[in-house]
Amino acid sequence: MMLWIVIACGVFALLYGIYTSRVVLSASPGNERMQEIAAAIQEGAAAYLNRQYTTIAMVGASPDWVRPSNFAMKYLQRKGYRVIPVNPGHAGKDILGEITYARLRDIPDKFDIVDVFRTSDAAGVIADEAIEVAADKGAQVLWMQLGVRDDAAAARAEAAGLTVVMNRCPKIEYGRLFGELGWCGVNTGIISSKRRKPRP
Amino acid sequence: MNDKPKKALPPSPGPSPAPSPAPGEYGIETLAIHAGASPEPVTGARNTPIYQTTSYVFEDVEHAADLFNLQTFGFIYSRLTNPTVAVLEERMAALEGGRAAVCAASGHAAQFLAFFTLLEPGDEFISSINLYGGSITQFGHSFKRLGWTCHFVDPTDPENFQKALTPKCKAIFIEVLANPGGIVLDVEPIVAIAREAGIPLIVDNTMATPYLFRPIEWGADLVIHSTTKFLSGHGTSMGGALIESGKFDWARDGRFPTMTEPDPAYHGLTFYETFGDFGFTMKARTVALRDFGPAMSPANAFYTITGIESLPVRMERHVANAGIVAEFLDAHPFVDWVSYAGLKNSPYHDLAKKYLPRGAGSVFTFGLKSGYEAGIRLVEAVNLFSHLANVGDTRSLILHPASTTHRQLTDEQRQAAGAGPDVIRLSVGLETADDLLADLDQALG
Repeated sequence: MMLWIVIACGVFALLYGIYTSRVVLSASPGNERMQEIAAAIQEGAAAYLNRQYTTIAMVGASPDWVRPSNFAMKYLQRKGYRVIPVNPGHAGKDILGEITYARLRDIPDKFDIVDVFRTSDAAGVIADEAIEVAADKGAQVLWMQLGVRDDAAAARAEAAGLTVVMNRCPKIEYGRLFGELGWCGVNTGIISSKRRKPRP
Repeated sequence: MNDKPKKALPPSPGPSPAPSPAPGEYGIETLAIHAGASPEPVTGARNTPIYQTTSYVFEDVEHAADLFNLQTFGFIYSRLTNPTVAVLEERMAALEGGRAAVCAASGHAAQFLAFFTLLEPGDEFISSINLYGGSITQFGHSFKRLGWTCHFVDPTDPENFQKALTPKCKAIFIEVLANPGGIVLDVEPIVAIAREAGIPLIVDNTMATPYLFRPIEWGADLVIHSTTKFLSGHGTSMGGALIESGKFDWARDGRFPTMTEPDPAYHGLTFYETFGDFGFTMKARTVALRDFGPAMSPANAFYTITGIESLPVRMERHVANAGIVAEFLDAHPFVDWVSYAGLKNSPYHDLAKKYLPRGAGSVFTFGLKSGYEAGIRLVEAVNLFSHLANVGDTRSLILHPASTTHRQLTDEQRQAAGAGPDVIRLSVGLETADDLLADLDQALG
């Protein structure tokens, strides 16, 4: 199990590297300096491979099993993550075996990732709350879901030392990087002659 | 990786995935061989195995429920997904620069999956008239019985698409390199019309293959293939593919409720919201393919995967041979005209150079000076060309469209589709070019 968690950490690190390098590369034409920066980001991504991100606070988690947030929560649970639901409308209730909290600061345990399963309009407030509690809760990553993007909030979170991912779903990215997504015909972009053993 | 495991570990996961180049960074030859396929995890078998199985064992009841609810990725039943077919699907998506793909039993089936996912009864779409004859019949007759109306237009003037637009139109359908006429469409203005109208542009890319033309790079939203042709490449296996660009905004104005409204065929799931940029493919697979059942067989997927590995080198030779044969016919005293966009005298030569710089394919038509009867004699007198109704085989093929593929059309439709009574269609194969010329010469004589 631990090994898998370590691998999963690598996923996030990689995504961060890819995301950040895209941001950097799109910010200005690729000159030598930019390439140096991109290389540094790759090294930084490699460093993340040794980190452990195992607990996700999912803001906007829904108890309704047809909602995408419920899909993602259940999937990530089966991949070994602990997902703590945050949703003021369902505070105190059980979602997929976890107690739901109204706000990030109400969560008694530590968590590594804040996953924003809300609209882009709501992302800024959640990002600020994540920044506020990050040191206390040990949060390292602010992850905004597929379709969710707030560049200003991302900049604030990065300035506060958080790793930021936007417009991506951790379930889909996990599936993409470990081969499952290709099972339903999605172009994962991964080319590899390596033997990938099955996961638990 | 220094953590000490507290309990027995599952089998080693192997190396973590290396950072891959961003999509598009690999060359098409590399994608044709590697995309979607990696060594089989348990045995290490390097080539993709044929998973000749109908169904897949669930880990437990919860896993089964998750699969049926689409909450996790995995296999249930080969009508929906199959590991061999999945390799082909991902490869097709990669070759076309798309987000996702779903395969079907034939190109016609793939086309049906696309339109069933797009349209409601009463909806309409616009199509170029310069299509494979089977598509004209499918759109004009069989689709009509489902309540879908197709407006056919002459695509050589892109304004015709604009003029045919109605509020109920949900798509524009074209073949950029058209079958059988040697016609190349001007894609850019058609893309602009579709964008302005807020509807997807669907391109049947069978005749060009992604080696010669990649519709998504020019702005197409959905791509259809008959993989039966150049992709499988050896005349062995029926198949079709539907590829989604992942860039179309289905939620823009509520005109695509099948994507943006809760689906009663899937316990209220909203496909675009749940699966985002591959939502169309998921819907096509889990509703249209599930409920109508035209699944591709694993064996056909295997032959097609194997065929695609050599697609780039085959297409180079197909195009080279086609050019030699077209020039020979163009100079032949018994030949009236040759319609091949690769010839300098073709009215489509400039468009071919723009959109198909690697070549204008290997399927084209020509007419004989002595007309219909001479055409019939030619088809029967060849010895190396095979008289049959297919294209994109290693073997060179010859056909009289008016009496075969385009037989169900009216005279007017046949003329409009470039398949008049004097027209002979060739699909130039990979034989020695001189042998092809000698065969045509003796048959023409």
